[in-house]
Amino acid sequence: MNAALCFLASGLLTTLQDLGRVGYQHQGIPVSGALDPVSLSAANLLVGNPPATAALEIAYQGPTLVVEADSVRLACVGAAAPIELLAAAEGEHPRRLEMLHSARLERGDQIRIGAFAGVLYLAAEGGFDVPAVLGSRSTLVRAGIGGLNGRPLRAGDRLPLCRSQATDADEVRLAALELAPPASFRVILGPQDDYFTPAALGLLTQTSYTVTPASDRMGMRLAGPRLEHSKGYNIVSDGIAPGTVQVPGNGLPIVLLADRQTTGGYPKIATVISADLPALGRLTPGATVRFRIVGIEEAEAARREQAALLAQLAQRIVAVPRGARIDEAQLLDANLVSGMIDALAGDPA
Amino acid sequence: MTAADHLPQRAKFLTAGDTALVVEFGDRVDEHLSALVLALARRVEAAAIAGVVETVPTFRSLMVHYDPLAVSNAELQARIKPLLSKLAGTVSAGRHWRLPACYDPKLGLDLAEVAERTGLSEAEVVARHSTAPFRVYMVGFLPGFAYLGGLPAALELPRRENPRLKVEAGSIAIAMAMSVIYSIDSPGGWNVLARTPVALWDLRRAPAALVSAGDRVSFAPISLAEYEELAGKARAGELRMTPHTQDA
Repeated sequence: MNAALCFLASGLLTTLQDLGRVGYQHQGIPVSGALDPVSLSAANLLVGNPPATAALEIAYQGPTLVVEADSVRLACVGAAAPIELLAAAEGEHPRRLEMLHSARLERGDQIRIGAFAGVLYLAAEGGFDVPAVLGSRSTLVRAGIGGLNGRPLRAGDRLPLCRSQATDADEVRLAALELAPPASFRVILGPQDDYFTPAALGLLTQTSYTVTPASDRMGMRLAGPRLEHSKGYNIVSDGIAPGTVQVPGNGLPIVLLADRQTTGGYPKIATVISADLPALGRLTPGATVRFRIVGIEEAEAARREQAALLAQLAQRIVAVPRGARIDEAQLLDANLVSGMIDALAGDPA
Repeated sequence: MTAADHLPQRAKFLTAGDTALVVEFGDRVDEHLSALVLALARRVEAAAIAGVVETVPTFRSLMVHYDPLAVSNAELQARIKPLLSKLAGTVSAGRHWRLPACYDPKLGLDLAEVAERTGLSEAEVVARHSTAPFRVYMVGFLPGFAYLGGLPAALELPRRENPRLKVEAGSIAIAMAMSVIYSIDSPGGWNVLARTPVALWDLRRAPAALVSAGDRVSFAPISLAEYEELAGKARAGELRMTPHTQDA
């Protein structure tokens, strides 16, 4: 029987995402990929996958899943969410699944991820067995490509796993991962900042904006002071970069995210720098956004710094001792308990 | 100033964040600008500059997407600058697609309205649109979505005041100085004149997008019955189009 994760409930928007579909924008095909590639990479690292392996991107309300494999190793990284694990009766060990930890689950185990603010990534050891479309497993719902049949996961779906059982690797946890939003998001002005009044350029950085519920994987729609165009709001369409801040006729900025269109005809006042995009992708409706203008050299330095931090993530992975079945080590670390009695240890059955 | 220092044809670099660089030749929809953009795209591709991820030709500029860990904005500008020297803006004939198009009002939803707004008869609208030699200036917005330049001036109109929530794939529409072909069902505000049964976007093909920037396109009117027959073949993956190639 083929190994799979089975969906009893879908969650609000659960899609498979990797680092995107690169090289087809001249055909009009958006790049897509994870809104927060840092969390995606960390989740993959915890289960021993290459960082760009496709994982479930889960937004706002998580799914309910059942393990239909001999065993599977999973890890969740991203916005903190309530995760409930209903272990199958015949399971070998007491088990739990918590953020920033790998966990080996057994056949019949059920995971229920509740409501939360933001996105998180659930990676499976070995990855999910769906075909790559144009080099990527990222789901682009608008075009019906990638993921499982080009659409979000829904109740009744069986999402095939590449491995039928977990390896016997030790469980690990990530000692720390900074996911808090920065005080301001750095932007580089342009490419069409000359289409705005000096007052608009001032407002962009001196006031704050609020993320609206109309935001999606294509664009983050902001509410706040209107940015006034100086010479109309229709331009001859040109290319769109990740993090582009485009301003349509109503003057309210939209930051273009993973599923952004490849070209567009509204003036683009600024572009969020690549190092700050993962943190932007983690924001949820109601969050406050401030922008700060930087130069290209600062943006390039920030990106190098982020790449170095990602490269160091592997060194922050620590083993969870096998004996510590309910993560006793961590509870002891946190000085929450002075000792634990394993309720199952003395059970003769 | 040597020739290599000089950016020809008023080209300028615009910074689009730290992962994309725009080389802009102008701000109009113009065949000559489009030809320059495509010529530069070919040169950038041939130069195989380390760090360049992909290029996107648009009406009037080339967007170069790059990996900032492999090449800086300044280095990329320095690499592209010499490629602009003596850039040939000649318009090559490219491939020519003659696409069947059904102008029946059942599919050309705005034909009557366009006739009224332009003061032409419906037959004149169809005649002018179907005899126009179009050129693909850009593929963008949606997978395989084609923007065509070369719309006769008599057909120039603004977009519809009330955009449709769904325009069917294959719809051929006009607005401003352009015609477009919708590649997949999508919301849209262009004035729909006709529909082609040919799939502009089909993952069973490689490349999935039928037309590329620089290709020529013209439309061959067909009846509703012919449309239905060809659409059936297209769904089965049996409608194969081959472009003509001609010299300029």
